[in-house]
Amino acid sequence: MSEKKPALWLRIFSFLVYLYFYLPILILIVFSFNTQKLNVRWEGFTLKWYEVLFNDSNVMLATRNTLIIAFISTLVATVIGTMAALALQRYRFPGYTLIESILYIPVIIPEVVMGISLLAFFALIKFQLGLVTITISHIAFNIPFVTLVVRARLHGFDKSIEEASMDLGANELTTFWRVTLPTIMPGVLSGAMLAFTLSLDDYVITYFSAGPGATTLPLRVFSMVRFAVTPEVNALSTLWVLTVLVILLISQVVQKRQT
Amino acid sequence: MDEFAVEMRDVVKIFPTPEGGEVAAVNHVTLQIKHGEFFSMLGPSGCGKTTSLRMMAGFEWPTEGEIFIDGAAMGRTPPYLRPINTVFQSYALFQHMSVFQNVAFGLEMEHVPKKEIEHRVGAALEMVKLSGMSRRKPKQLSGGQQQRVALARALIKRPAVLLLDEPLGALDLKLRKEMQLELKALQKEVGITFVYVTHDQEEALTMSDRIAVMSQGKVLQIGTPVEIYERPNCRFVADFIGETNFLKGKVKKIERGLLTVELPDFSQEIKGMGHENLAVGQDVSVSIRPEKIRLEDDNNTTAVEEDKDNILRGKVLATAYVGSDTRIIVDIGHDIHMVVWEQNNISTLDPQAYYVADDKVLVHLPFENTLVLPEGVA
Amino acid sequence: MSTDKPELKRKHSLAHILRENSAVQGIALISPTAIYMLIFIVLPMILVAVLSFMSRGTYGNVVYEFNFQNYVRLVDPLYFRILLYSLGVGLATMVFTIMIGYPLAYFIARSPARKRSFYLFLILLPFWTNFIIRIYAWIMILRTQGLLNTVLLDLGLIQDPLEILYTPTAVLIGMVYEFLPFMVLPLYTSLEKIENAQMEAAADLGARPWKVFLRVTLPLSVPGMIAGSILVFIPAMGMFVVPDLMGGAKTVLVGNVIRNQFLTSRDWPFGAAASMLLMILTLAFTLYYTRKAGFGEELLV
Repeated sequence: MSEKKPALWLRIFSFLVYLYFYLPILILIVFSFNTQKLNVRWEGFTLKWYEVLFNDSNVMLATRNTLIIAFISTLVATVIGTMAALALQRYRFPGYTLIESILYIPVIIPEVVMGISLLAFFALIKFQLGLVTITISHIAFNIPFVTLVVRARLHGFDKSIEEASMDLGANELTTFWRVTLPTIMPGVLSGAMLAFTLSLDDYVITYFSAGPGATTLPLRVFSMVRFAVTPEVNALSTLWVLTVLVILLISQVVQKRQT
Repeated sequence: MDEFAVEMRDVVKIFPTPEGGEVAAVNHVTLQIKHGEFFSMLGPSGCGKTTSLRMMAGFEWPTEGEIFIDGAAMGRTPPYLRPINTVFQSYALFQHMSVFQNVAFGLEMEHVPKKEIEHRVGAALEMVKLSGMSRRKPKQLSGGQQQRVALARALIKRPAVLLLDEPLGALDLKLRKEMQLELKALQKEVGITFVYVTHDQEEALTMSDRIAVMSQGKVLQIGTPVEIYERPNCRFVADFIGETNFLKGKVKKIERGLLTVELPDFSQEIKGMGHENLAVGQDVSVSIRPEKIRLEDDNNTTAVEEDKDNILRGKVLATAYVGSDTRIIVDIGHDIHMVVWEQNNISTLDPQAYYVADDKVLVHLPFENTLVLPEGVA
Repeated sequence: MSTDKPELKRKHSLAHILRENSAVQGIALISPTAIYMLIFIVLPMILVAVLSFMSRGTYGNVVYEFNFQNYVRLVDPLYFRILLYSLGVGLATMVFTIMIGYPLAYFIARSPARKRSFYLFLILLPFWTNFIIRIYAWIMILRTQGLLNTVLLDLGLIQDPLEILYTPTAVLIGMVYEFLPFMVLPLYTSLEKIENAQMEAAADLGARPWKVFLRVTLPLSVPGMIAGSILVFIPAMGMFVVPDLMGGAKTVLVGNVIRNQFLTSRDWPFGAAASMLLMILTLAFTLYYTRKAGFGEELLV
C-alpha cells in the first residue's frame, strides 16, 4: 500500500484505539503505587503493595512454578518443533499431510476443548495431575507454534549454502551446526520466544491440567481477582509488564546485532 | 595424472516429476574435459547443464553411468570428499559469517593451522581485490563483491576443478562483461580447470576454450567457439548460437562435402557445406548467418553468372540502421523473410546509398558459408 | 573402475542409510513431534469423542454404554439457548473487532513503511502481558466503585454509578479487548499486500476515493477479514474466563458449560458432547471459509 498520509479522522481514530489498548495497563501500573486499598482515587505514593507481594509465599511459589514450566516446555518444544519444521520443509515422507494437519489442531481448536481432552486423558491413564502434567500440556500446545514460526523462516532458506558448505569440505553434521543452525537461529529464537510467552500466559489449559495442588501465576492471579480487587495484583502486574518489556528489548537488541 | 580432469561416461539422471512420472534431466551424456581447460556447458534452461554440474560436485548422483574426476570414479562420494569446488549462482555466502570467515571455512574443514589460514585468506582476498573487506558481512557488499568472495572461497581450496554455475547471472550487463574478462584472466593465472555453466551464448563464446551445447538432456555438439559458431552440426545449435536464417530443402546430390539441396518452395537448387552423414533424399535445413549473406541490386548480373544456383530474388521489406551495421529484412516470397546484416562502411550520409523498402534485390548465399544441417538433433 | 571404494563397504551403516534415503531422514526428524502429538493431542481428542457417547454414573463416574443421549440433551431448550447466546456473543465480538480493527489496520498499512512495524509492535505489546491481568485491569475500571464510575460521578455527569461489570456489555468489552489484535494483524497483512497501482488505476478510471475503497480496497481485503473472523469467532465461542470474571453468573457460554461439566457437575460425557459440538462448529466454520476464500497465510501471522 502507498505511503500517502492517512486522513486526519483515521489518525485520530487510530490514536484512540491505541489509547484503548494502553490506558487499562497504565491505570493498572499507576494504582500499584497508590496508598488507598480500594484504589479508585489517587491518595498518595507507596511501595507497600510490592512489599506485600514479595512476602506472599503463594505468589512466589507460583512464580517459581511458572518459570520452571515455561523454561522446560520452551526448551523441549523448541528442539523437537524445530526438527519437525526441518522435516516438513525439506522432506516428503509417508504420513506427511496427516502430521501437518495434526499440528494445526492446537492452533485452531478452542483452548477449553484441548484443556478438557488432556484432563480426560490424564484421568484415564491415572496420571497424577500436577506440575508434570502442566508441563506436558504446555509442550503439546507449544510444538505447533514453534514449528509454524521456524517453517516460515525456512521458507526462504537458500539450500545452496548447505551445498556450499559440503562443497568446501564440511560433512552433514558439521554443515548443520556451522551453517544451517546459525542461519535459521533467528527463527528458532522467535519460535522459542513465542513458546515462552504462550506458556507464561496460559490460563485455560493449565487450569485443566493443574489438579488441586499445583499453581502457576495465571492461576494464582485468577483466584486473587475472582472476587476482590487488591493493589497487590496491580504490583504483580506492573512487575510482569516490566519484565516482558525488558525481555522484548533484549531480544530486539540481539536481533539488531545479528543483522 | 589422468588424461582428463573430468569425464562423464554415459551419464543419465532421472528425476521424479510432481505428477508421479519421471523425467531424464541428463540423458546419456558423455564428455571429457581436459586439464587446465575453460570448458562451458551452454544451453537453454532445463537442458541438463546444471544437473551435470551438480553431479560433478556430488550434490546429485547419476542414475546410470559414471563420473570420473582426475581418473577416479566418483560413485556416490559426498561433495566434501571431492577435489572439486563450486561457485554458486546465488553465491551461497554464509550470511552469519564475515568475508574472512567465509573464505576461511574450507581451510578450517581441512584443519589447516590458524597462521596459514590467515595468510592464505589474505592472499586469496588480494587476488580477488577485496583486501580490507575481510571483516564485513556479505550483506554489506555489492553483488560484484559478493561474487568475488564466492570465487575466493572456492579457489582457496586449490581444487582440481572449479565448477561455476551461472556465476555472473545476477550482475548487470556492464559488470558482467568486466567479470567475464577477469574470470578468464584469473583462470589462466591459476591454471585450474574451469567448468562453466551458462545460458548466455555470447558469454560462452567469449570465455571458453571449448563449449558443449546441450538441449533436453543431451549434448548436441562439443567444440571450440569458432567450430560451434561457424560449423554447427545441427539446426538447434545453429539457431541457439547467434542468429541465422533457415530454408527448408531436400538433399539432391553429394560431392566431396559439397551438397546440392533442392528448395521445393523456390523450384531452385542451392549448394552448401554439409555433414558427411547426410544422405540423398533427406530433409534438411539450410542455414546461413545474416552477416554472411550478400545483397546485390537486381540489375547486377556478375554474381548470377559466378554462382548462379545460390542466388534468390527478393524485395526489401524494412531496414534498420543500428550503427555498426544495417539490418535488412528481405522478402524472398512464400512468406519467407531473410535477415541480412550489411556492414556500414559507406562514408556518406546519403540515404540513397543504403537499401530502402521495396528495393528489388538479389540475395547471394556464398556456398562456403551456407550450411546444410539435418532436421532435428544430430 | 573402482568397485572397491570404501564408500561401498559401509553400505549398511546407519549413517549410510540416513544419507541415502531422504524419507528416512524426514521420518527421523518428525518422529518426536509425531509421537508427542499422537499421544497428547490425537489420543485425548479420540477419547473425548468416545466419551461423548457414554453416560454419567451416579457418582460422577463414566458408564461405558454407547448412546446418543448427550447429543439429545444439547438441543434441549436450556442448552440450545446457551448455544445461540454463545453464537451471538461470538458474532458480536467479531463485528466489533472488525469495526475497530479495520480502520486501524488501514491506518497502519497507509503509514510510511519504516513506521509500520513499530505500529504493529505497539498492538502486540499489551498482549505480551498476561491475559488475566488485562481482564483485571478492566474490572478495576468498570466495577461499581471502579475508576470509570468514580470519574463520572466526580465530574457530575451521572448521579448513580453505572452497573456495567457483571453484565453482557462488560463481557463484550473484555472480549473485544482480548481479540482485537487477532483481527488487526490479518487485516493488515492483506491490506498491505494491495498494490498501490490498483488503487491508482481505479482513481485514474474516474473512481472517487470512497468508491476506490468500496470497489477495490475492501474486496481485496476480504481474505484478511475472513482470517481475522476465524481467529476471533472460534476462541470467543469457547472462552469461559472472560464470562467468569466479567459476566458474573448471568453470562454462560458454551465454554462455561464445558468447564462446569468437567469440574463441577462431573458429567464428563455431556461435557465431551458439548466439546464435540464446539469442535464441529470450528471445523465447519474454518473449512467453509478457507475453501471459499482460498487463502492461507493470513491465518498464520
